Amino acid sequence: MAMVLNEEAGMLKDAAKGFLTDSAPVSQLRKLRDEKSEDGFDRKTWSAMAEMGWTSVLVPEAHGGVEMGYVAAGVIAEEMGRTLTASPFLSTAIMGATAFSRFGSDAQKSEWLPRIAAGDAITALAVDESGKHSPSKVTATAERSGNGFKLNGKKTFVAEGHVADMLIVSARTAGSEAEAEGITLFLVPRDAAGVAVERSDMVDSRNSARITLDNVEVTADAVLGEVDGGLKALEGILDAGRAGLSAEMSGSAQQCLETTADYLKERKQFGAIIGTFQALQHRAAHLYSEVELGKSIVLKALQTLDVAPDHAALLVCAAKAKMGQVAQLATQEALQMHGGIGMTDEFDIGFFMKRVRVAEALYGDANFHADKFARMRNY
Amino acid sequence: MADLEAFRQEAREWLEANCPDEMRQPMQSEADAVWGGKKFKFSEPQKLWLDRMAEKGWTVPEWPTEYGGGGLSKEEAKILREEMRRINARVPLQSFGIWMLGPALLKYGTHEQKLEHLPPIARGEIRWAQGYSEPNAGSDLASLMTKCEDKGDHYIVNGQKIWTSYADKADWIFVLVRTDFEASKHNGISFILVDMDQPGVTTKPIKLISGASPFCETFFDDARAEKHNLVGELNRGWDVAKYLLTHEREMIGGMGSGGMRPMGDVAVQQVGLNEASQLADPFLRADVARAEIDGMAFMFTMERVADEAKAGQGTGANSSVLKYYGTEFNKRRLELMMDSSGSEGLEWGGEEDVARGWLRSKGNSIEGGTSEVQLNIIAKRILQLPSA
Repeated sequence: MAMVLNEEAGMLKDAAKGFLTDSAPVSQLRKLRDEKSEDGFDRKTWSAMAEMGWTSVLVPEAHGGVEMGYVAAGVIAEEMGRTLTASPFLSTAIMGATAFSRFGSDAQKSEWLPRIAAGDAITALAVDESGKHSPSKVTATAERSGNGFKLNGKKTFVAEGHVADMLIVSARTAGSEAEAEGITLFLVPRDAAGVAVERSDMVDSRNSARITLDNVEVTADAVLGEVDGGLKALEGILDAGRAGLSAEMSGSAQQCLETTADYLKERKQFGAIIGTFQALQHRAAHLYSEVELGKSIVLKALQTLDVAPDHAALLVCAAKAKMGQVAQLATQEALQMHGGIGMTDEFDIGFFMKRVRVAEALYGDANFHADKFARMRNY
Repeated sequence: MADLEAFRQEAREWLEANCPDEMRQPMQSEADAVWGGKKFKFSEPQKLWLDRMAEKGWTVPEWPTEYGGGGLSKEEAKILREEMRRINARVPLQSFGIWMLGPALLKYGTHEQKLEHLPPIARGEIRWAQGYSEPNAGSDLASLMTKCEDKGDHYIVNGQKIWTSYADKADWIFVLVRTDFEASKHNGISFILVDMDQPGVTTKPIKLISGASPFCETFFDDARAEKHNLVGELNRGWDVAKYLLTHEREMIGGMGSGGMRPMGDVAVQQVGLNEASQLADPFLRADVARAEIDGMAFMFTMERVADEAKAGQGTGANSSVLKYYGTEFNKRRLELMMDSSGSEGLEWGGEEDVARGWLRSKGNSIEGGTSEVQLNIIAKRILQLPSA
């Protein structure tokens, strides 16, 4: 497959750029933050995204979707990374849709995919239990109870947790703490008895929550995928999210680079445009090269998710590791090259730096993925 | 598409019938590469393979047939490469003539120049050297001073070139010379082809820190060049030089990829695994993992840049990104090979030593335009940052 966007994806990119720049620019996130929005995203914008088909980008046509695939989903995420648009797109349109379409039962697909496609439901993945991502480390428990399960435990860093209608929760049905076997995924309505959700105030002003499960009763048909064998589905959902985050960070990195290059062409010091200084030219040119490498591996990972999802793990891992580092370099270099103005809250660079930090940590940071990459490569 | 399938079938059958068995074995070392030229010592299978491929025009598949090429489309050439890989067929001929001079002549040469020089390149009869750098014109190549004087029916060249790759093994040399000393430095340069088989041209190999001598000094003392061997317009040689440098950059940048043993495999073999099945040196493990990830990202960037070029997108200046990143990455790769190899890597042994490769790699980010020059190009041509 050629490493260029096809016509359809190219048109989607233009449309996404146009809409987000007009209707959901960085100033929207700033406003949500300053007004202490309870939702943490703009519901009108979210509805508009659903109308444009973005929420159904990974939903099969049989369930009311347009199923354009992961490259298309990445195109949207990348443009959102340029405008830092806050929305449940990642948690729901990418990860929720992946969870149900790839791992759901027929009944679960029929119930949830049309709602996701229509923008009527928000889903959130509750996986982490401590500050560092480690999906096989599960202490939350699910004991058999009647013909269902009873869940207990705590989850943290649950993106969109407090606005979700449905939580996808990993819990242990067998095995000991760090074992790969014995993990099961459950669908838990956020308003189920025993579910306590506490919104976290995050540095990026986006949505995240701590969730406590206290004797939460679910029926057997709440299991997503296999009992005890949930890690495969969990990794599949996570990889979709990691690829989406990588695409988002790619957009943020490109935006930081372009904004910085523009600034270097305007700002004068020592009687000269600072872009004429070789010290700054080389910093910017090095950053450009790194961003180009990041774009390539992200595109390859997304293309592989489309054509061979079971073989995408290594590429997704490499993409998240690489793009996480590149995007952090981009925000740091952007701030440094802007000088003092970059430190001000009034200027947008800080928003990029904060969001990229969170996106980099979410579902495994660069160290996590480099380690995982090494294990997959048998060293 | 049916035509392409027919071509694939035809190529497959022809290769099966014509590629000697010896040419289907992996190359043991650089010494197995066929560079051609009057001084080259061919093995019998090498010569047979070269002649058969040249007869088809497939040493330069995409060049026009009238100049010794195969006249193939990009798609057909890709199929030919795939079919050659399928039977592990070696590349029959590699040379600066194919990679650098050929593309420049195809773009800037006259019909007569192409007819004279391209077919001998395609047949591996003439080996070319590149006369660009001078002792006082390295990164600042345009300040070159090798003098070329008009003597009526011919030119006389005087001066010295340096870092001319394999000049001692070459038959002809393409040279950047100064034809106008009054003009501004970029506007007085011409691009000329010189026969090295004359007393006025001498070469002297330069021994490098790796122990090898891939480069020479080349001296011109009243060397004669024919008028019809000036390529492009008089005093407009810089255009040709820049175009050719783009090809050189891509060639050098691409050297750090493909055909190499993965760093992780080398490290495991040398350092071993601990009880957790992880590389026994945790810091090396982290460095290798990050480098392998960067290596993948670089490989896909080469693929993407090529695909974008095919689709008419992207920018030619991306060759500077590939040159910059590829050579810096290759240096990093060889540092990690040295880290992995420990004291064994520090021994002088055969020509394929890790140490020799490590030392040789240090020149990658200098030759063909230093990393700093590439960053200048990226800043100016891609980011459009202003000049001082």
